[in-house]
Amino acid sequence: MNTQLLIQLLVNGLVVGTLYGVVAMSFVLIYKATQVVNFAQGELLLIGAWVCWWLLTKYQVPFYLGMPITLVFMFLFGIAIQVVILRPMVGEPIISVIMVTIALSTVFSALMKWMFGVNLQPFPRVFTTQNVNILGLQVQTVYLMSLAVSLAMMVGMAWFFRLSKYGLAMRATAFNQQVAQSLGISVKSVFAMAWAISATVSAVAGVVVAVVNGVSAGLSAYGVKVFPAAILGGLDSVGGAVLGGIIIGLLENFAHFLDSEYLHWGNLYEIAPFYALIIILMIKPYGLFGTKDIERV
Amino acid sequence: MATQTLIPAGDFRTTYAADTTVFPTRTSRNAMIVGIILICFAPHVLNEYTLSLLIQIGIFGIAALGLNIVVGFTGQISIGHAAFFGFGAFTSAYLSNRFGIPVFFCIPLAGVVTAAVGLIFGLPAARLKGLYLAIATLAAQYILLDFFARAEWFTGGSVPASAEPFSIFGYSLRGDKKYFYVVLAYVIVCYLLVTNLIRSRDGRALVAVRDHYLSAEIMGINLTKYRTLSFGLAAFFAGVGGALYAHYNQVVSNEGFGIDRSIIFLAMIIIGGIGSVMGTLMGTAFMVLLPESMEWLSVALRDSPIDQFLGLKNNIAFLREMAIGIIIIIFLVFEPDGLAHRWRRIKAYWKLYPFSH
Repeated sequence: MNTQLLIQLLVNGLVVGTLYGVVAMSFVLIYKATQVVNFAQGELLLIGAWVCWWLLTKYQVPFYLGMPITLVFMFLFGIAIQVVILRPMVGEPIISVIMVTIALSTVFSALMKWMFGVNLQPFPRVFTTQNVNILGLQVQTVYLMSLAVSLAMMVGMAWFFRLSKYGLAMRATAFNQQVAQSLGISVKSVFAMAWAISATVSAVAGVVVAVVNGVSAGLSAYGVKVFPAAILGGLDSVGGAVLGGIIIGLLENFAHFLDSEYLHWGNLYEIAPFYALIIILMIKPYGLFGTKDIERV
Repeated sequence: MATQTLIPAGDFRTTYAADTTVFPTRTSRNAMIVGIILICFAPHVLNEYTLSLLIQIGIFGIAALGLNIVVGFTGQISIGHAAFFGFGAFTSAYLSNRFGIPVFFCIPLAGVVTAAVGLIFGLPAARLKGLYLAIATLAAQYILLDFFARAEWFTGGSVPASAEPFSIFGYSLRGDKKYFYVVLAYVIVCYLLVTNLIRSRDGRALVAVRDHYLSAEIMGINLTKYRTLSFGLAAFFAGVGGALYAHYNQVVSNEGFGIDRSIIFLAMIIIGGIGSVMGTLMGTAFMVLLPESMEWLSVALRDSPIDQFLGLKNNIAFLREMAIGIIIIIFLVFEPDGLAHRWRRIKAYWKLYPFSH
């Protein structure tokens, strides 16, 4: 048994898993606040990464400036999507809403391919040192940065929901829209804000992945991995999404380890989360922390 | 019961039989028969290219019909339809190559096998609904695609599987001109089957599950049974469509059964009209002709300023993808009931012409 490889893969899993967690968190944020399942989450990641890449390479903007500009752009972009496309869909059947987000993801991914091409573009170097030695393991600096950024975003999100006034308004809206409205909360602006925050957080994750692996159309795969993570954690639990993301990241890399060492099936890395997804849906469809949907007639 | 010649000005039907009849008037029935007879002459009149488009409309129309059963009539969401379509294609090729079963029997058999697979993936449907089910079918899509890439005995792996041409009584129906009739026959049979299914007891149960599943359950409809049944039916039609597709192209490669194809299937039924049998065919025609018309447009616009700005030649694939997405959004926002609804509106307008208001 190759312990070195296992540990290396588990560290990878943790890093990728926290990123999944962040994306899943922003996915759950939209679902919780607006009851929309966003199939275009991966494309939000992609757009954020491309915009940042474009600023950094075409206009030679330094990273500390390019990143905030990207985030502001994504914030406005999120609001725009909600206001222009999803606001008219409020009250439509669930299939229509899902189809709109699927269509959005098609449009965005094609648009990005059209504007920036299909090839992998390396991201400009952000850090000067490549590797850091931690407990005898060579860890890439970008990995540490990714982990730190993810954790910071999770803490930030927790603070936002627990302690800020707007977060409270959002939680109230998620709990009961009508009651929230009667208490003077503008549900419209909460919906728009949910999309804005989600797009921004996704963009941060997108830039982090881009710094690690470069930018390509394949980035939107993160949007698909969100589903196992969010389902495992429970669709309406922000904390659950984070945990689900980490578990899926670890599972993926563990499957990769099993595959490369023992099974030699190939491609198990890609497909293991979906088997996990089916199993979770069969035994515990509401996930670890999701609220069970009880219907009264 | 086709009793009148023209559509009556009001609703004068007094029996259930009159209400559920396939053709409301004698004229509509005759028009349909004449239409089918006319289209039988298509291979002698139309060129190969137009004919291949018609065949594609037929094949995808059958698969989209299956999706409309599950989405439109039962109200479940399936994002993995293309995987079942692919499964049908591979199954039919495998059955005819491995066991030497005549292609004539392979196509319905492929439908049955695909239906069995659909039932397996439909099992979560018994417990899940709405978006949970959408996510489960998404997983099915990825798992089946992975299976296609992995199972070399079944699909040939990276080498495309070959499929025998269609033959009946030793008479080979090779080429677009002859294969057109095979597809036409299947389209007529499948659409008749589904039209009659919706009129039956089971069809009404499916619609009841869609409209209000709790009320349906209280009225004694077995939810588990009908949800899985609709999945099985959807997979059956996807399998038949896929098998027809396999024997049309005579090769089945791993490509073209991905999530993008599933989205196109969904687009077909949304554009045609969710829960409308004839609308499915309209939507399929729309979605098959959309990329083609973009192709014509790009040829027509060659070297014009628009072409120089968009770089049509290199980017037509992306523009086509974008057009699909934009069309779906436009239809969902402005015409959620699809082309079938528009068609009904046109008919309703002419019903009282010139005294419509």
